[in-house]
Amino acid sequence: MFKALGIATVTALALSVGGAFAAGGGGHVEDVDFSFEGPFGKFDQNQLQRGLKVYTMVCASCHGLQYVPIRTLADEGGPHLPEDQVRAYAENYEVFDKELDDFRPAKPVDHFPGSTLENAPDLSLMAKKRAGFHGPYGSGINQMLKGMGGPEYIYTLLTSYHEAPECAPEDFPGDYNAAFTAGGYPDSCKNEDGTHMVPGSWIAMAQPLYGEDVDYDDGHDNDLQHVAEDVSAFLMWTAEPKLMARKYAGLTGVIFLTILSVLLYLTNKRIWGPIKGKNKKTS
Amino acid sequence: MAGIPHDHYEPKTGGEKWLHSRLPIVGLLYDTIMIPTPKNLNWMWIWGIILTFCLVLQIVTGIILAMHYTPHVDYAFASIEHIMRNVNGGHFLRYLHMNGASLFFVAVYMHIFRGLYYGSYKAPREITWIIGMLIYLAMMGTAFMGYVLPWGQMSFWGATVITGLFGAIPFIGEPIQTWLLGGPAVDNATLNRFFSLHYLLPFVIAALVAVHIWAFHSTGNNNPTGVEVRRTSKTEAEKDTVPFWPYFVIKDLFALAVILAVFFAIVGFMPNYLGHPDNYIEANPLVTPAHIVPEWYFLPFYAILRAFTSDVWVVMFASWITGGIIDAKFFGVLAMFGAIAVMALAPWLDTSSVRSGRYRPMFKWWFALLVLDFIVLMWAGAMPAEPPYSTISLIGSTYWFAYFLVILPLLGVMEKPLPQPETIEDDFEAHYGKAETPAE
Repeated sequence: MFKALGIATVTALALSVGGAFAAGGGGHVEDVDFSFEGPFGKFDQNQLQRGLKVYTMVCASCHGLQYVPIRTLADEGGPHLPEDQVRAYAENYEVFDKELDDFRPAKPVDHFPGSTLENAPDLSLMAKKRAGFHGPYGSGINQMLKGMGGPEYIYTLLTSYHEAPECAPEDFPGDYNAAFTAGGYPDSCKNEDGTHMVPGSWIAMAQPLYGEDVDYDDGHDNDLQHVAEDVSAFLMWTAEPKLMARKYAGLTGVIFLTILSVLLYLTNKRIWGPIKGKNKKTS
Repeated sequence: MAGIPHDHYEPKTGGEKWLHSRLPIVGLLYDTIMIPTPKNLNWMWIWGIILTFCLVLQIVTGIILAMHYTPHVDYAFASIEHIMRNVNGGHFLRYLHMNGASLFFVAVYMHIFRGLYYGSYKAPREITWIIGMLIYLAMMGTAFMGYVLPWGQMSFWGATVITGLFGAIPFIGEPIQTWLLGGPAVDNATLNRFFSLHYLLPFVIAALVAVHIWAFHSTGNNNPTGVEVRRTSKTEAEKDTVPFWPYFVIKDLFALAVILAVFFAIVGFMPNYLGHPDNYIEANPLVTPAHIVPEWYFLPFYAILRAFTSDVWVVMFASWITGGIIDAKFFGVLAMFGAIAVMALAPWLDTSSVRSGRYRPMFKWWFALLVLDFIVLMWAGAMPAEPPYSTISLIGSTYWFAYFLVILPLLGVMEKPLPQPETIEDDFEAHYGKAETPAE
């Protein structure tokens, strides 16, 4: 009886967790096969470096990364830039120094500056605070099986800018985005029963990426899909800089505990043998 | 200290005798670890060890996290990010602690439902059961306050909603709420006291666990048959039992290793799966999240809390009879705490003379329905408070109360139990055959 109940509980757990996320709402999210998904997933160092370039040249004009120390760009589990490049990169930013009571060029020990535009959210944790509300039916199963989460959401958002549908008034504030569900929505685009004629909503952020926004040093494709993918991967790193160390530690734990389980299973079988009269049965 | 006759510790060397006559601590440990344990315990009896492990895990990881955490509204969120980015191994410690809470509650629910099925709450184990319920309440308090500490959006709004429940108590509610929060709203004072209490309560739990273990070591363990160990002599008792060490220690450690392998997979590969993404947004008193959802382990009781809206007839009746003192909100609070209270009263509500559900043909089905009900309530608690979910929550809540208040008392009278084995030994040998040598 408890076996069946156990399975039911696990299922319910998965479903109710998904439910918790379903409450967050969300439109269609594209699944991207990022290199860091799954137990053996790793960040692609070149991709993070490309993403950093996109972030620096496009996103950073409004958004910030206030929780990310610039020095971590040299980390092995991250973009792994050489130290001198990190130092040179830091100098692109000005930070306020309390002791000098003035601005000075940033050093690697400083954090990235915060957002410069008041209503532009900080991007440090964006890939985690938008993770997890994926279907089917809000069950969160896609997150578990396909590794879908925040980076996929960011990618989808960046590639879902379309021309505003005809139903909307021309002066409706914001830009139409088919993946963004938390924005304004004109009444003229609602059906009589209140359902929406077009997916998504209107977002305050103007389309940031069009493709060919940056030229990559490694000659990688820079069409919209690739640029969006790279910056999404980079933002996953800013949100979860220890991802590789974590997966490695988890995997080590699983392997050791599996070996330990086998040993304990055999020990258990052996000490219980005489009690359970195993030998007697065969004689 | 156990009521089952067995060998006790005999100090042999001079040093042992010296210590034993002054502080019989070795004897206490010996008696605890060598307690005669029914040899037919099944795999549902492993959760106690898992729970003990969880408590130690949470205390150890928590103490280290506290070294790097800052309980201040301006720094709390940033200090968590500091732990995640700059503290050696901090990211893993924090994920262990975060998911450790979930493992703790998975284990406690398995443990509670095992007790409910095999009648572990029945005489003479009522005290063990009541202490267990107190531990469960303390766990909920600790987990709730711990969830506030990262100072994310769900932390803040969860704290606002839950402390608001106390505000629903008539007359004295608002002063109590203010007293709990340390001010008119959730703020720095709240965060500070929650941090302090989150650090304190686990040690209260540890003390309660010691009493819990003491209590069931006095009565002896229950077992899947519900038939008591024979205690007339040591030889009789040894036919029904084996010492806890090494038989159950090794068995429990095996189960622990398997469960921890799964746990490490979750911590390593999907540590945020059970959390809410909104908690990675720093708390903002000016922006209310679209849906405030508690952690998964609170969902069944959250569903009960929300089920009793003002259009339910019992609520209308309660409101009418008390002249409006009990409104829907207060009724919901009473129902939520009542749901745990009726569970705590199970030893006196269950009238059946048969302990184990294994020999109760009707009870089995009502129990399965209770487990299903718990799962449905958990799901309904995560859904928005609107039809059809509110109706489902109401039906689920009604069954929860009906099970304890109506079904358990009636079943004992109406049900015809199946024959039980004479002894634990009979049950064991029916499964495994006779032992080759008597257990030593």
